[in-house]
Order: sequence, then structure tokens, then C-alpha cells
Amino acid sequence: MNEFYPLVYTFHFYLFGLVALAAAIVFVTRKSPVAAALWLVVVMTSLAALYVMLDAEFVAVIQVLVYAGAIMVVFLFIVMLLNLGTLSELGEIRGKWGRIAAALVGLALVAELAALSRAAYSLRVTVPARSGPEAIAETGGVIGSIAAPMFRDYLLAFELTSVLLLVAIIGSVVLARKRSEHDAG
Amino acid sequence: MLAESLALSAALFTIGVVGVLVRRNAIIVFMCVELMLNAVNLSFVALARAHGTAGQVFAIFVMTVAAAEAAVGLAIIIAIFRHVRTVNLKNINLLRG
Repeated sequence: MNEFYPLVYTFHFYLFGLVALAAAIVFVTRKSPVAAALWLVVVMTSLAALYVMLDAEFVAVIQVLVYAGAIMVVFLFIVMLLNLGTLSELGEIRGKWGRIAAALVGLALVAELAALSRAAYSLRVTVPARSGPEAIAETGGVIGSIAAPMFRDYLLAFELTSVLLLVAIIGSVVLARKRSEHDAG
Repeated sequence: MLAESLALSAALFTIGVVGVLVRRNAIIVFMCVELMLNAVNLSFVALARAHGTAGQVFAIFVMTVAAAEAAVGLAIIIAIFRHVRTVNLKNINLLRG
């Protein structure tokens, strides 16, 4: 796609990038948690589109299934479960000094990350691009090219992740369980 | 597209950080953390294009950890809500001296 329609590719890349950025700004300024969660779904779906354009189709599918699907449903479920009350007491934003401090931290961070991005961009010139459709086809297709390093080089990390998920399951059940009176001690 | 991806990733990460610092609703603070993890994932995927697919593997690991973090974090929010009947971080100051 990149080679055949460079203009279309660039247009859609910027389109989805701007949609993600705009939706993120709208997300962070919403008072209602439900509206914020739905805008975050827009951000995540746009990012999935960007993943497809960056030759990471499997990550894009997982992004839609796990992030935009499962995790955001859990968030909305919690909002529904807690019955948080009226909007006026919900949409609280920190006072003046908190906002100024956050703006300063944000400006410093964006300057720092922009400098890092420039450094990475100049780095790219020296490293040959190994990805793209041909390289992926050589290494065993879209999923095979991820599965091979995951189950060879990073097998220990993969197994540790399964332990982490088990701990998270048990931990969330223990934390969210309703304690009865004689059980509390 | 590497430079554009990294710039977008930086912008999304910064929006997440500012959201964590500014918002007082614990659930929205959690969603801002998810946004930051997403921004990091975008960097991973964009760099994986130039440096091999290991970055995509790491993006999937980040998603797994994010799922675990969301489950435990929301369970903690439920437990706190049972005690103080609010998710406003202004009222959750048990550890403040």
C-alpha cells in the first residue's frame, strides 16, 4: 500500500493520527466517565488503523479486541456498577495551581519527547528498514513473524506474563469481594 | 512515517500525563494511564517497522500488562468506593500525613 499509493497512504496516516489526537484531547476534557471512555475507544480504534498502516496487522487486531473491546468494557462496567452520582460532583478538576503545574510538566515532557523523536529520526538513516510486506513474508507471515521471536527469544517473558495474569485474576477477586461481618477480622 | 508516529506518540503520552495530574476522578485517571500505555505501544510498533518485529512482541506484552493492571486497579477502586463512597481523589487521602 505504501509503495503503490504513497499519497493515499500519507493522507490516511495523517487523518487517523489527527483523529486520535483530537479524540484524546476531547477524552481528557470530558466530565462524564462514560463519555470519556467512549472517546478513548475512538483513540484506540484510530491507533489500530495506524498499526495496520505500520505493517503490524496482528497488533492492530489485538488492539481492537483487547483494548477497545475488553478493557474499555471493564471500565464502563465499573462505572455502571459504582453508580457514581450526579455529574456536577464528578467532573472535578484540580485548582489553579494544579493546572499550572500540570501545564508546565506537559510542556517540558512534550519538548523532551520531541527531542527524542528527532534523535530517533536521525538514527533511522543509519539503520536499514527490514520490515515491509516482503520481509514479513520471508519470516513466516503476519502472525509467524511475531510468534517466532515471542516463543523463542522471549519465552521466559511470555511465561512470566501468564503468571502475572493469574496473580491479577486472584488479586482482583480478593480485592473486589464483598467481606461479610464475621469475615472481616 | 516514523517521525510522525513518534511525534503523535509523544503528544498522546503528554495528554495522558496531564490528564493524570489534572483530573480528580479515579476512573478517568486510570483511563489516562491506559492512554499513556497506548502511546508507548505506538512508539514500539513504529520502531518495530525499522528495527524488526521484536517491537510488536513488546507491544503485545504491554497490552497484557495493561489488561492485568486495569483489572487490579478497578478492583482497588471498587474496594475504596465501598469504604468512602466516592471516586473523587480529593476525598481519598488516607495516606496523607
